[in-house]
Amino acid sequence: MVVSTQTDGKSVRQVKVIETSQVTVRFCGDSGDGMQLAGTQMTTASAIFGNDVSTFPDFPAEIRAPAGSLAGVSGFQLNFSSHLLRTPGDRVTALIAMNPAALKTNIADLEPGGILVVNDDAFSKTNLAKAGYDENPLDAAGMSQFKLFRIPIDKLNAKVCESTGLTGRAVSRCRNFFALGLVYWLYGRPMDPTLRWIESKFGGKPVVAEANTLALKGGYYFGETAEMFPVRYVVPKADIPPGRYRRISGNVATALGLITAARLAGKPLFYGSYPITPASDILHELARYKNFDVRTFQAEDEISAICSTLGAAYTGNFAVTGTSGPGIALKSEAIGLAVMTELPLVIVCVQRGGPSTGLPTKTEQADLNQALFGRNGECPVCILAPATPGECFDMAIESFRIATEYMVPVIMLTDGYLANGAEPWRIPDVASLPKIEVKHPAASENGFLPYARDAKLARPWALPGTPGLQHRIGGLEKADGDGNVCYDPENHEHMIHTRQKKVEGIAETIPPTEMFGDDSGELLVVGWGSTYGAITSAVERCRAKGMDVSSIHIRYLYPMPKDIGAILKRFKKVMVPEMNLGQLVQLLRAKFLVDAKGLNKVQGKPFMISDIERGIEDTLNGKAI
Amino acid sequence: MSNDTVQVELKPKDYATDQDVRWCPGCGDYAILAQAKKVLAGLGIPRENLVVVSGIGCSSRFPYYIESYGFHSIHGRAMAIATGVKVANPELSVWVVTGDGDGLSIGGNHLLHTIRRNVDITVLLFNNQIYGLTKGQYSPTSPMGKKTKSSPQGSIDFPLRPLSVAIGAEATFVARTIDVNVKHLGYILERAARHKGTSFIEIYQNCNIFNDGAFEYVTGKDVKDENAVYLEHNKPLIFGKDRDKGIRLNGMKPEIVSLGNGITEDDLLFHDEKAEDPSLAYLLSRMHYPNAPEPMGVFRCVERPTYEDLLMDQIESSRKANGEGDLESLFASGETWTVD
Repeated sequence: MVVSTQTDGKSVRQVKVIETSQVTVRFCGDSGDGMQLAGTQMTTASAIFGNDVSTFPDFPAEIRAPAGSLAGVSGFQLNFSSHLLRTPGDRVTALIAMNPAALKTNIADLEPGGILVVNDDAFSKTNLAKAGYDENPLDAAGMSQFKLFRIPIDKLNAKVCESTGLTGRAVSRCRNFFALGLVYWLYGRPMDPTLRWIESKFGGKPVVAEANTLALKGGYYFGETAEMFPVRYVVPKADIPPGRYRRISGNVATALGLITAARLAGKPLFYGSYPITPASDILHELARYKNFDVRTFQAEDEISAICSTLGAAYTGNFAVTGTSGPGIALKSEAIGLAVMTELPLVIVCVQRGGPSTGLPTKTEQADLNQALFGRNGECPVCILAPATPGECFDMAIESFRIATEYMVPVIMLTDGYLANGAEPWRIPDVASLPKIEVKHPAASENGFLPYARDAKLARPWALPGTPGLQHRIGGLEKADGDGNVCYDPENHEHMIHTRQKKVEGIAETIPPTEMFGDDSGELLVVGWGSTYGAITSAVERCRAKGMDVSSIHIRYLYPMPKDIGAILKRFKKVMVPEMNLGQLVQLLRAKFLVDAKGLNKVQGKPFMISDIERGIEDTLNGKAI
Repeated sequence: MSNDTVQVELKPKDYATDQDVRWCPGCGDYAILAQAKKVLAGLGIPRENLVVVSGIGCSSRFPYYIESYGFHSIHGRAMAIATGVKVANPELSVWVVTGDGDGLSIGGNHLLHTIRRNVDITVLLFNNQIYGLTKGQYSPTSPMGKKTKSSPQGSIDFPLRPLSVAIGAEATFVARTIDVNVKHLGYILERAARHKGTSFIEIYQNCNIFNDGAFEYVTGKDVKDENAVYLEHNKPLIFGKDRDKGIRLNGMKPEIVSLGNGITEDDLLFHDEKAEDPSLAYLLSRMHYPNAPEPMGVFRCVERPTYEDLLMDQIESSRKANGEGDLESLFASGETWTVD
């Protein structure tokens, strides 16, 4: 603990400064309160300060649910630290609640002794009633377990913005920045990045820029001046690998990866998509980059989205469609057509809570079975799953590498947690990126076999416009070689095997599995997708406590890396945490005959590190999980 | 054509493939295939630059019989696939062959939206008012009361009129023709192929197995002249074996009149395929046997920018405004910071 002196210019007061290694802050309020903005601003400020950061927004499906209602609460969680982070944090160290509904829906996540900042002005009788409180919860005895700060944010914010002449709604729109300023003071965050952002965002509206600046600074100086805050906290810089960084979410990383893949191959990028949460941001992002010859097509439905993509793939573009689980269901038949016509196609599935419309804005991993098996006939499709937001970039490139090398559709499974979660991303050196070499057969006068195969069993990607290579493809079974429609029984079986062998052969060109921990032992934790951060951190903590546990993360779900079977057999127990009822675990049991056990959570929320720690401890202690 | 290019002149037979044509003997599809090859040869469209896309149904076997790039896809989705082909390479000549079930039932949505976007593709909708490949169920264009295997007591589905749908979907080219009137069929195919934008042709096509004679009233030797009126731009609507009848507008209503007795050609409705307002074309699309002679020919032919041209314009203007895409600056967009 350090004691230092703070000054507000006139009086001098003592403020304790406590150094801590990690802080988890959550902003929550009405979906119109600007909580996402406050959160992302603090993320950037923290990253620029030198901390590692990890974030996760949590917003309702309703765009503007009635003000003050429980359904309308929007939250943004930021974890920042002096060590490397893998998740947005379990319990919250500090909760900023802008109204009673936000308090009610989030208070359970605040750790005992945590900081609770509330906008006291919003705790009116009406708002309490909307949140279902009979009495003001801030007066309840249970509050004593927290460091509660009841701050009249509305009034203070209106006061500091008075000089701008703005009133009413225009002023209250700035109150998120007042709250943000206060939190900046509390955790010693630099204001400059946010002030720069205000300038660039509202440069054309000087009054609005002025009001937001005053609100941010007002909150900051309120923290410094008001006697109510005896302590502030510092989180020292983290030891982060050198380089140039930016903040990136999974959806943006996916979009950049797709553009990059097309660029590396010198191809136009075609993106056919129908708006769907939580995948739409990929479409928004790509639509901005037409100068990269990105051809975005907002289709009339999910089926048109994938069919137009298939048409573009046939014609030689790098073609990709993006959607979520309900969209994959609609695209199933066309994915089968891509398998049959053996065309290179990337399908991004940003999973969300299901079944049916489910939980559109929440995360889940329950589309693995659909991706693996959701089609008629024997219809193998390569499936990749990035583990972190930044990895979406690499896996988008890898998806196109595989699609074009093997002439197959590839499904890239991300989820709402990866899509909207963000982390610092070390900007890659363009020269270091993998090359994607695409070959097309040249014009010929000597006949052409559209289903001739190379060593990887891939057929040639012959482009319309090439003289002499005219050929017909379609959904009917093909004769191997000439590709003509063929109902011959032996040929059908041969083609079924060929398509299967081709996809399984992808395992020859994917990297071996990385072990976290030991090569063998008591317990192996196996994960896939967005659970990487929670699993790895939990295993790290348990190993520090001396437990015999290791982990692997499967990024290639179909086909799997060739070493998976052997790795599984080197451990006595296998545990598979998933945000579903056990889809990968079922696959591992069926394929490798191991007694793997599932650790399952389907609440539309990611795993906490402690969830998995508990699972590890229980498994090692022989308890059922 | 420049002098140093030796362009081999293509004949209709050069557009034939080595595949056996497997339509039923006597099917109207044969005539359409023959005319299509003739028109392709006449227009000199190189085989490698032609992509024929289809869905599922008898008509959708078409790509196998045209020596070009072809995509026999899944039921109803040809329009969407064709859109992807055209956007990926606007230089290609893209044709869609579909039917009343494929295009108007399962594929209705894609038909509407492709037409409204005005993607430059030529759409041949074979209308035989029946599901042929699944062996004889009523289709979205079958008349009320039609008895089929799936409607033994008669169909209770009210039919839609393909051209009314296309016009309602803001089509820039709409036409109708008949399989057996090969001269007119060839003329319409050529007009459609030359039009820039989505060209939509309804072709009355006889299914001699499951719905034989459905269009007898416009093909039968003795009746066809009384039941069809052939449209010509800027010409009055005249029909009848002796060309003695015409269509006159009575307010918003077309009525049949006999020429003579004070009624001259000038009193008749004059066709204007280039009218920006689609009302006239729509009105013509509502004329139906037996109440009125059914119009044949080009109902509507107007110019509007195509989807792919507008998209390419946006790509071009984005390049002008932002420069050719550069990955380094793309990666570094937004706020960045450096860790030493």
